[in-house]
Amino acid sequence: MSSHASDTPVILPLGLTALIVRFGLKARPELTVAVRAFVTDLEGDPIDEVTQIAGSLTTVMVEFAGGSDVRARVQAALQARLSRRDWSTVARPDPLRRWTIPVAFGDAFGPDLSKAAQAAGMTETNAVEDLCATEVEVLTLGFAPGQAYLGFLDPQWNIPRMAEINPSVPAGALILAIRQLIVFTNENPTGWHHIGQTGFLPFVLDRTDPILLRGGDVLRFAPVSASEMSDRLANNPDGLGGAKLEVLR
Amino acid sequence: MSVLFHGNGPAISIQDLGRPGQIAAGLSRGGAMDRLALFEAAALLQAPQVLPALEVPGFGGAFTFQTTTRIALTGAPMAATLDGSTLAWNRTHLIPAGAKLTLGACVHGSYGYVTFAGGIESPVHLGSQAAHLMAGIGQVLSPGAEICIGADPDHDAAQMGLVPDARLDGGVLHVVAGPQTDLFETETQQAFFAATFTKSNRANRQGIGLDHPSLKFGTDQAAGLASDFIMQGDIQQTGDGVPYVLMAECQTMGGYPRIGTVIPDDLPKLAQAQPGKPFTFKLISRDDAESRSKSEADILKGLRAKVAPVVRNPADMSDLLSYQLISGVTAGHDPED
Repeated sequence: MSSHASDTPVILPLGLTALIVRFGLKARPELTVAVRAFVTDLEGDPIDEVTQIAGSLTTVMVEFAGGSDVRARVQAALQARLSRRDWSTVARPDPLRRWTIPVAFGDAFGPDLSKAAQAAGMTETNAVEDLCATEVEVLTLGFAPGQAYLGFLDPQWNIPRMAEINPSVPAGALILAIRQLIVFTNENPTGWHHIGQTGFLPFVLDRTDPILLRGGDVLRFAPVSASEMSDRLANNPDGLGGAKLEVLR
Repeated sequence: MSVLFHGNGPAISIQDLGRPGQIAAGLSRGGAMDRLALFEAAALLQAPQVLPALEVPGFGGAFTFQTTTRIALTGAPMAATLDGSTLAWNRTHLIPAGAKLTLGACVHGSYGYVTFAGGIESPVHLGSQAAHLMAGIGQVLSPGAEICIGADPDHDAAQMGLVPDARLDGGVLHVVAGPQTDLFETETQQAFFAATFTKSNRANRQGIGLDHPSLKFGTDQAAGLASDFIMQGDIQQTGDGVPYVLMAECQTMGGYPRIGTVIPDDLPKLAQAQPGKPFTFKLISRDDAESRSKSEADILKGLRAKVAPVVRNPADMSDLLSYQLISGVTAGHDPED
């Protein structure tokens, strides 16, 4: 892989109390691996005065308590940490946990499946087989609480968002665009393709564990019939929708 | 001890200073749109720290008090009466058990706040009582809702008032550069910081749009940007370059390019202006921005020094509740306008 000058990590201020370490402007799988590794490094060996760390697809956000003196100290510590190694060559870490989540694909439970399959150059049947054979990892949590960006799918799934916004997609919906999947947290509009429905609710405030997914998790999807999904949705007190969790290490 | 809400205002919610530190989980801070109004209420009620309050956008409704308590009315002044007598804004009032408080429309500004001297008793999630409607935490008050309040620690305290910082009529929003400012051409930045906008109708707890009659402020580099961390105060250029400032309940990630970040102390000004009020953005250095930002402790300390007992004139007893200590509203223009 050629190295891009623009992909040298840079540290930039965000507002008055945060810094962003930007590994690149556009998403690429190896940048997300670098982000995750850098977050893990910062969590394992915290920098003084840092109050919050979070990773996106391409950046790490570091929040601190204080003014410009603190910012300068945190920035210097981040720069030293970046210089310790070449973050662009980090190997993808082994997953910590694996979820297997039942999904009803297509028809009323996934009205955009045919459009998405067509955009990826597949039949609906092949698309479902391909998606269920692919293990995706939690790339980052964001947009809404507990909502995970999952990826990356194979390059043929690099399909754009739809031209028309889908005005309302339910919680638990499986949506797809740009080599990523999301299990939707709350009913909301989206421009992503709505391809299936799960009973997996990533965020339930009153549940013992309100947020289910975390960095280091991988997910597999298991196809179920529409009638099986209807039954699951009708009796889903824990908001897990029949998902199974294995702890891998 | 409770207060009964009879209904009318469609979007009243409990708000405090929100939930910092949850970005990794995908939850923005939330909390009051006009945080300064909560600090003013704490100073007026002589509370040791900020209390959760009812945030009342646009229009209020009727409340019956089942216990005697002081309240503070801060933020956007609303047409307020207690059993028919007018209540003045920006001061405390002792509300006797059984009395009915009626809040009409905002006379000026957008968000009024009612703070009870003993606070509100409601579930705490992640360290906050604030409703975060986008995230599905809490909800707006429905008609018939009972608001449980704490005991007033000092019924007998003198009535207090203050003249609030002017922030209801638009003005200058100070901006610091952000990680994406350099994605915009220099000419676009210059035009943006020279332009006068008006607050749009597209305004809620998630964000506030600003309109310009002719110009757009986009960048060619918007296409294909990875979704990245966004925060309260960020100025996104949506569509082909229409500014949208992120507010309390913004999402935590977004893909629209951002030309800069409005400093936190200026956000109440943007929240409170009614649609149509004029705004300009002024780029300042980070050092300048920091010198304008006060810690929460210093904000409260400064406001406590401004709070004064309301002088009562016995000859005016019938008008007592509406007596104006000093006019509470001034034109909201920064000195540099």
